[in-house]
Amino acid sequence: MSEQSDPTSAGPDGRDEPGEAGDDASRLSTAPRTDAEREAAARRGSDPAGGDPAGAGSFGGIREPGLGGGLAWTWREAVGWARWIWRQLTSMRVALILLFLLALATVPGSLIPQENASPVAAAELREGNPTLASVYDRLQLFDVYSSVWFSAIYLLLFASLIGCILPRAWQFVGQLRGRPPRAPRRLDRMPAYTTWRTEAAPRDALVEAERLLGRSRFRVDGSAVPAAGAHATGGSVAAEKGYLREAGNLVFHVALVVMLIAFAAGALFRSEGGKLVTVGSGFTNTLTQYDDFSSGTLFDVDDLERFTFDLDEFHADFVREGPDLGSARDFRADITYWRDGDTEGTEASVRVNHPLHIGDAKVYLLGHGFAPRVTLVDGQGEVAFSGPVPFIPQDNALSSTGVVKVTDYVGPDGEPDQMAFQGFFNPTFALTAERGPHSTFPDPDFPALTLNAYHGNLGLDSGIPQNVYQLDTRYMEQLTDEDDEPLRINLLPGEEWELPDDRGTLTFEGFDRWATFQVSSSAGNGWALVGAVGAVAGLAASLLIQRRRVWVRATAGADGVTVVEMASLGRSESARVPEELAELAMALQPAAPMLHEPGDDRAEDDRPDDEDTADEDGPDDEDTADAAPDEDPTGPADDRPGTGPDAAKDRDPGPVPSGDGEGRPGTRSASGTGTAGPPPGGAAAAPDDATPGTATDPEAASGSRSEDVKE
Amino acid sequence: MLLAADAELADFGKLMIYTAMVVYALAFIAYITEWIFGSRSRVSRTATALTAGRAGRAGTGADGREATDGTDADLESDGTEDAGDAPRGPAVTVRKGGSAKVLDRPKVVTRSSTPSRDHLPDGPGASGGDGQGDLYGRVAISLTTLAFLLHFGGVITRAVAVGRAPWANMFEFSTAFSAVAVLGFLGFLAAGRKVRWIGLPLVTTVLLDLGLAVTVLHTETDQLPPALQSVWLWIHVGLAIVCGAMFYLGMVATVAFLFRDRYESKLASGGTPGRFASSVLERMPTSVSLDKFAYRINAAIFPLWTFTIIAGAIWAENAWGRYWGWDPKEVWSLITWLGYAAYLHARATAGWRGRKAAYLAIAAFVCFLINYYGVNLFANSLHSYSGV
Ligand code: HEM
Repeated sequence: MSEQSDPTSAGPDGRDEPGEAGDDASRLSTAPRTDAEREAAARRGSDPAGGDPAGAGSFGGIREPGLGGGLAWTWREAVGWARWIWRQLTSMRVALILLFLLALATVPGSLIPQENASPVAAAELREGNPTLASVYDRLQLFDVYSSVWFSAIYLLLFASLIGCILPRAWQFVGQLRGRPPRAPRRLDRMPAYTTWRTEAAPRDALVEAERLLGRSRFRVDGSAVPAAGAHATGGSVAAEKGYLREAGNLVFHVALVVMLIAFAAGALFRSEGGKLVTVGSGFTNTLTQYDDFSSGTLFDVDDLERFTFDLDEFHADFVREGPDLGSARDFRADITYWRDGDTEGTEASVRVNHPLHIGDAKVYLLGHGFAPRVTLVDGQGEVAFSGPVPFIPQDNALSSTGVVKVTDYVGPDGEPDQMAFQGFFNPTFALTAERGPHSTFPDPDFPALTLNAYHGNLGLDSGIPQNVYQLDTRYMEQLTDEDDEPLRINLLPGEEWELPDDRGTLTFEGFDRWATFQVSSSAGNGWALVGAVGAVAGLAASLLIQRRRVWVRATAGADGVTVVEMASLGRSESARVPEELAELAMALQPAAPMLHEPGDDRAEDDRPDDEDTADEDGPDDEDTADAAPDEDPTGPADDRPGTGPDAAKDRDPGPVPSGDGEGRPGTRSASGTGTAGPPPGGAAAAPDDATPGTATDPEAASGSRSEDVKE
Repeated sequence: MLLAADAELADFGKLMIYTAMVVYALAFIAYITEWIFGSRSRVSRTATALTAGRAGRAGTGADGREATDGTDADLESDGTEDAGDAPRGPAVTVRKGGSAKVLDRPKVVTRSSTPSRDHLPDGPGASGGDGQGDLYGRVAISLTTLAFLLHFGGVITRAVAVGRAPWANMFEFSTAFSAVAVLGFLGFLAAGRKVRWIGLPLVTTVLLDLGLAVTVLHTETDQLPPALQSVWLWIHVGLAIVCGAMFYLGMVATVAFLFRDRYESKLASGGTPGRFASSVLERMPTSVSLDKFAYRINAAIFPLWTFTIIAGAIWAENAWGRYWGWDPKEVWSLITWLGYAAYLHARATAGWRGRKAAYLAIAAFVCFLINYYGVNLFANSLHSYSGV
């Protein structure tokens, strides 16, 4: 089993899920294992790895002769393997590896142009390097985020996640219903421990402790406090706090699942279309009106929100001086829209970052440009074309290119012909040798239209869809001057161009602005947001809240003096946990004042112990690790084979901890002040040897256990 | 476009940044001096503690009882040390009905997750306990504080001059970023953390970062493209800066952890590290402290980073009509996030704690850097607002 494969690297503390604890720990279990699990775990030593006696299955059991035996064997094997795989999949280690893999798998998509995000770059790569592209295609590298292998990783991760959440949620509910586990026998082995001697009666100290803990909003179990008047030598109080951590962790992981589902729903039901609208014209939200449209597989076109809008005006504001000359300051499209059944339009404006919500649809402003208005009178004196033609911006100064295609043209000879004009529209015209005609500023300060002219066949009837912004000149002939040089003309608004050979007149009437809009309807956004908020809240709770237990024990000693012991155990080590214990101990002082013993050196430094309680503030949290301590709520020393927490509960909490008086240096009896702790080393081994037969920390295991048995 | 007065203000802000750089450079020299003075002291507390551990083990071995209990014995010596050397908790004065009574606080004994190194004392800091070194250290901190005030003032001035969040291009982002990192550092110091050792690496990188900002990344741009005009610029980018700066501090501690951890392991296995390594690492906090410090930062910032990404998604939904489009910037913030999530999981997984988790944390921070520099400068991304 992976968790046990490397005992030495399991961390010096050895709290790392040794042996059978491994799987529990990886599931954050705090509940005792079921017998079935125990059994399975016990078998795991000889898990599928092989090397089993011949004839035995990987999961034990001899194959009985006959069909029944074979079937039973197969069934056992199948179930065993399925269970093994599930166990693997839901183990923390595999989750970690999958997370890591997912991060790696995400990388190529940011390096290789993706078909969805940057189709142009992808097409360029395909053209420039076909061999590489075919390899990429085979590996789905142009579509990383919907590729089989990427999906496999995240689906496995989410399977693992769900496999992780369910048992944990269930255990958590169990913990909420149960009582805080009773005080372990050896409190001095807990991560934080304190003790002192007092003249107060054990019961008084405990009652006060119970009250204190309750006031600090711990869940308190005072059932081991001796009843008033009872002749008990002592008792204990158990308390636990910080359940929100576990809850937060669960909420976080569940929220991840919610988000995934929301993403999936969003991808299946979304729709998104783009439309270029010239000022003065409008748009109706139906499929046919879109320039481009894409939608998820489950999207129903009838679900398109019904509305129309007109683009009344488009405002663009550019910086006119300084280092940012020409950069945009603001774009605003003023529109009037009508929803289904509206008689009166609603005015609204759409800006970048401020989409307009119309019903379920959102209208975004994506881009803008100019559309020169031209009129072409043909060879017969008829108007063959008139209207705005959107030109496409090529740079930030809105140098734009475009094509005017005229199909209904009749030549001077009376024969139908087709004409095309190709060229530039520059809002602030400039002409240089290197760049030719271009624009120097995005506002129309000196607008000019520069055109070549063609006639012939536009190739529109070939049935192959054509890009309206590009001209296919294969079947066309360029108009030339007497020297056979291509004709080119620069027009200012209002100017006319007499075409040669009585082919007619082209007039540059003026220009309009246009804007591109994206209309999208998305599904699942609300849920994605709920998931996201849940994830953050859950995370914060789970990383900032400490789950911890506190125990107080008071025992009457032989000399009539009461020994009070307090210990706390965080789900993970934390600076706040000992701090809190110290505060609780302080709060208990009035009820159980510390006995000053002779030889006590009161002059000692008042600083808080640096080594122990430094870093008090900061996130209340340490090592999220260690499920092990939790695992064994009743305390490490008790978890001998066959004694689950429950068994431990039935036992007598035991007298004064065994660490006492065993002649260790630095114990209470030695220093006599009641302040020196037990040897931290003794405590160090504590939660680790929780598990019998631990492979992890053999050092810690044997010694302390043999000692415990003495009790 | 700036008005003349605003342009003047912007220039003034830049001047503050330049001045801050000079003061950082002085602080840098002071930190170096502190380290140099500190090297005179021959502290070897780590080796002593480790040897004491070994001796303690051997000693109690004779005892018979402890012989079977290696770990216990190892720390036994520490128990002794604790009793002698560790101070009692603070005495707390409780007032009751006019009469004051001093209560003694019972001492709390704690253990960390790596008990074998638990008893190692933190290094004394760069000055190595040397009085003169310490003086220079204090000078360095004062200079850092002064430089920070100038630096921060420069950022604020910039914000006022351009009338928007001062992080809309890489120049601004970089200056704000290092200001927050220094603020974090000073904050930890003010909170009483023993992090003075971070001063030298931090000021070095701050100088580098500011140097890059005022040369390579510098741009006269003060405009905000319409796509950035949103409150989310404050929230999303502001948080990203805080996260990056804090993750950076975590990363420095993680790198230090790796060095220090190797040093301790070498000592523990009886080796002798090089003189330079000993001199420097001996003065650092223990691997346990460094690891804790780094973890706390990373764990506390991770939810914030999550929120940063979510805020970005909400913004993208407003600006571009989709909350997630696998844009390189989005991809790399996800990778960074997954990296830190892997780190947090690693800390909870057997056999992955310690060095392996540390490598993950460093990898995650490298992803953050790639996201910042790599994507801004080289990738064809909707997010390319570097201004360079
Ligand atoms: C999409 C995948 C996952 C992500 C992004 C993720 C993220 C995280 C994060 C950030 C934490 C730290 C918060 C905390 O300590 O409470 C965490 C904790 C945890 N995760 Fe996951 N997780 C994922 C999947 C899983 C899976 C599959 C498992 C089970 C095998 C799992 C088990 C745990 C456990 C047990 C903790 C608590 C550790 C502790 O409290 O010490 N997670 N997870």
